[in-house]
Amino acid sequence: MRIVIIGNGISGITAARHLRKSSDHDITVISSESKFFYSRTALMYIYMGHMTLKNTQPYEADFWEKNRIKLIQDHVSEVDFSSKALSFASDRPAMNYDKLVLALGSASNKFGWPGQDLNGVGGLYSLQDLETMDKYSNKLERAVIVGGGLIGIEMAEMFHSRNISVSFLVREKSYWDHVLPQEESEMVNNEILDHNIDLRLETELDKIEDNGQGAVGSITTKEGQKIHCGFVGLTAGVHPNVGFLKESQLEIEKGILVDKTLLTNIQDVYAIGDCAQQRHPNDGRRGIEAIWYTGRMMGELVAHNILNPVNPLDYNPGIWFNSAKFFNIEYQVYGNVPVDLPDHMQSLFWQDDSGKKSVRINFNQKDKSVLGFNLMGIRFRHQICERWIHHGTSVEEVLSHLELAAFDPELYKSYEESLRAKYQKLTGQRISQKSDRRLNRVLEFFKN
Amino acid sequence: MSTTSSQGMESMAPSNPQQFKLSGLQKLGLAVGAFSILLILTGVSGHILLSPNIHFWFILGSASLGVLIYAYAVYSDSDPGIKNNGVWFYQLTNRGAAAWVLGIVLTGFYVLLYWYPETLGLGTGQTGENTGLVAVFDPLSQALKGKPASQWFVYGTLYTLAILIFGGKFLYKYRHNKYQIWRTISVMFFQLAFAFLLPEFLLAMDLPYNDFKNMWPLNYYFFDGWNIKQMMSSGTLGICMLVWGVAMIFIVSPMLTYFYGKRWYCSWVCGCGGLAETAGDPFRHLSDKSIQAWKIERWLVHGVLVFVVVMTLGVLYSFFTNEATNILLSRNFFVIFVSISGTTLLMWMWLDSYRFRELDQKAKWLSTGIGVFLMVVLLVSHFSGFNTLYVADISGPLRKWYGFLIGAAFSGVVGVGFYPLLGNRVWCRFGCPMAAILGIQQKFFSRFRITTNGGQCISCGNCSTYCEMGIDVRAYAQKGQNIVRASCVGCGICAAVCPRGVLKLENGSLDISEKTDQKHIQFVREDEVRVLH
Repeated sequence: MRIVIIGNGISGITAARHLRKSSDHDITVISSESKFFYSRTALMYIYMGHMTLKNTQPYEADFWEKNRIKLIQDHVSEVDFSSKALSFASDRPAMNYDKLVLALGSASNKFGWPGQDLNGVGGLYSLQDLETMDKYSNKLERAVIVGGGLIGIEMAEMFHSRNISVSFLVREKSYWDHVLPQEESEMVNNEILDHNIDLRLETELDKIEDNGQGAVGSITTKEGQKIHCGFVGLTAGVHPNVGFLKESQLEIEKGILVDKTLLTNIQDVYAIGDCAQQRHPNDGRRGIEAIWYTGRMMGELVAHNILNPVNPLDYNPGIWFNSAKFFNIEYQVYGNVPVDLPDHMQSLFWQDDSGKKSVRINFNQKDKSVLGFNLMGIRFRHQICERWIHHGTSVEEVLSHLELAAFDPELYKSYEESLRAKYQKLTGQRISQKSDRRLNRVLEFFKN
Repeated sequence: MSTTSSQGMESMAPSNPQQFKLSGLQKLGLAVGAFSILLILTGVSGHILLSPNIHFWFILGSASLGVLIYAYAVYSDSDPGIKNNGVWFYQLTNRGAAAWVLGIVLTGFYVLLYWYPETLGLGTGQTGENTGLVAVFDPLSQALKGKPASQWFVYGTLYTLAILIFGGKFLYKYRHNKYQIWRTISVMFFQLAFAFLLPEFLLAMDLPYNDFKNMWPLNYYFFDGWNIKQMMSSGTLGICMLVWGVAMIFIVSPMLTYFYGKRWYCSWVCGCGGLAETAGDPFRHLSDKSIQAWKIERWLVHGVLVFVVVMTLGVLYSFFTNEATNILLSRNFFVIFVSISGTTLLMWMWLDSYRFRELDQKAKWLSTGIGVFLMVVLLVSHFSGFNTLYVADISGPLRKWYGFLIGAAFSGVVGVGFYPLLGNRVWCRFGCPMAAILGIQQKFFSRFRITTNGGQCISCGNCSTYCEMGIDVRAYAQKGQNIVRASCVGCGICAAVCPRGVLKLENGSLDISEKTDQKHIQFVREDEVRVLH
């Protein structure tokens, strides 16, 4: 059987690896972006000089040959689903498949701004985007970034690392405030300002102006303010990269619609990762979740389902988790941490004196069961948080054993007592410490 | 995306963008620091600034000031945090011309130091008075022990200065990280107090030179006849040194390694580690992470270990032949002790197959072959009445070659001289027999491991890139596996540079036998869907 995977990002490559692990099928991965799989999340570190492209590639060049995973660097221009054939942008002959996995990833959003196609306007998604950024960075004095999400702040950090001034246009009242609760969002605002970024909240882009030579010269905001700049970063989100399939029989809404087993409306064709949209999302989850971890999970699952067509498994990504880094502030989230607390939910929030570290624990007001964790500048153990959320452990039990979750390096200051004190202030309930940070305690917890 | 533009992308490494040219303050720091190197060079050629004493303080002052100015220029610009901006862009840290120049200068210095000390000004001939660079260090040497300097005093002083000055820079760079702060203070302290000052004071009191933290086999002459005799003839303190030295090998170090892994030594105490972690820190990313390099590492480092064991057995054999004074110090006892402990170790390896499950069959057979061969040679020689083991005797070729190849060329010339080209832990990774022993203990008998945080790894590669020992940390982290590798020195930088908080250095006894197993289940299993790795 020939399995063809289009896309060599984390979803496609995870699928290929797991297919090879449990089968001897003919596996081919096609990508026009790069010859080898690299970690997309590490793009920023190449630009900042922390790593080379090679450093971001998790597998050595001979890995693919050793594992008989065929790599093709080319652009698929068309898929003929009825004859199960792919044709390429180059003169490469068409290729047949028995099973097809679409792992096409995302493309940066553009909202029809005047000047959005000028030279010196770019997103940050692919290696080619990075190449563009790098090309325009030399002698660049100011860049404007449009869109206050995760990619926007990464881009700000990148330019900052090269001493390029940044104006950061954020439509919302506060950075990423549709995801981060107010306190955390404000911490990030401060972190951005501490890095001398010209942060402009509640500011939207109106148009991008030509410098007279076909490249960016300045932008104007909706309030009519003009900012001179040599580069404009468009980081107002991404959308599934499905353009070339829009006219096919494939059912597409925003992304390629898939059922619980990741199968599309066409037999033997699967879609995974950023480009896939769940027909029936799991409870509390969105149809499209363009994040690293879900891509990896879908890669594993699709491999399993292709190899077990009679007993396919349903996609169930479990309890939500994610992480990011805002300049020097690391961020981790486990479970349910909404911006606006629903009535049944209560939030315990503690922040350290520096304003760079915080812990938020959400719990059910009635039965006290813990619902979510939001960490800034502090590391928590994934498995412990998940276990607590999964079992609906009471917040008081969690607080008394909070040391189990601590994942900061050895010798770091402990904050658990401050959280217990905060809880006492909030509820009057005194909680005493029942665990410590030793690994043995954690292992005991898992053995029970 | 067009395929044409992406063809050249494999080499994508933005090369020295203009923003990464040195700032004025950085240049000033480099210039002031370079002045100290210039003074060392003029010292070598015999040109002294005013007086040896003033010359010495100028070297010390300009080196410290230069490094501190540079560190301030690079790290003060923003909040405490990871400071790796531009590491791959600077010539010095990306094997550029500057790196080659530095590598050649360092290598040249080591060659002069080991084999042509008189060119550095070491006193020879009838007067024996030092000149040149060595003379510059006479005042300090006189102050510490009342004797003129030797080339080793010059080296020891410069070495200690390097650890202290670059240690200061490292502390500033990692000022947000308590683990790094304490670890660095520790290596700075052990170098200054135990490796530099204490031995000098011992010499001042006419006691034997001794670095209490430097144990066999890193200190390969510990079991030399002259060293043992010197210790035994130096009263209670000498006996204490001997007992401590032996206890370090058989009791103290295995226990500490059991509890904390080999990091207690390699990145908290050891002088080689101390220099690598401080002066060598800017080059840590240059270590080779390939599987091939890992293979070479295992052959080389364990080869050196076998080399030093054979040599030491030979040296002790003739020592006991000549110096046997009582039953405990007889050759008879020595040969029987070695045979019994060797056999026990080999039997343990074969019988405890669960603990050694990750040990390759070939490695088992090879170590058994070498062990049995050595014991047979020892027993046959002993009972045939040979007085020495010839090849492995103190005056034999094995010892000479070890001193030249390993003691000088590998640990010094290559180990430090090649920092800017091969990374800062070349010696520790490929050559150090001490690291080899501690590594075996760490792999099979220690509570230490690096744990990974569930499914949070994004495979970015910062951990692997900045692992000075060339461990592909990411390969484990992205699978949610613990990292238990013989070579890991526990520097903690992988955990520091991880942007997602995935790695933690930990010690635990509960799962010590299965800590290397892949405990975390996959997302998908045949019988169920589970959430995590």
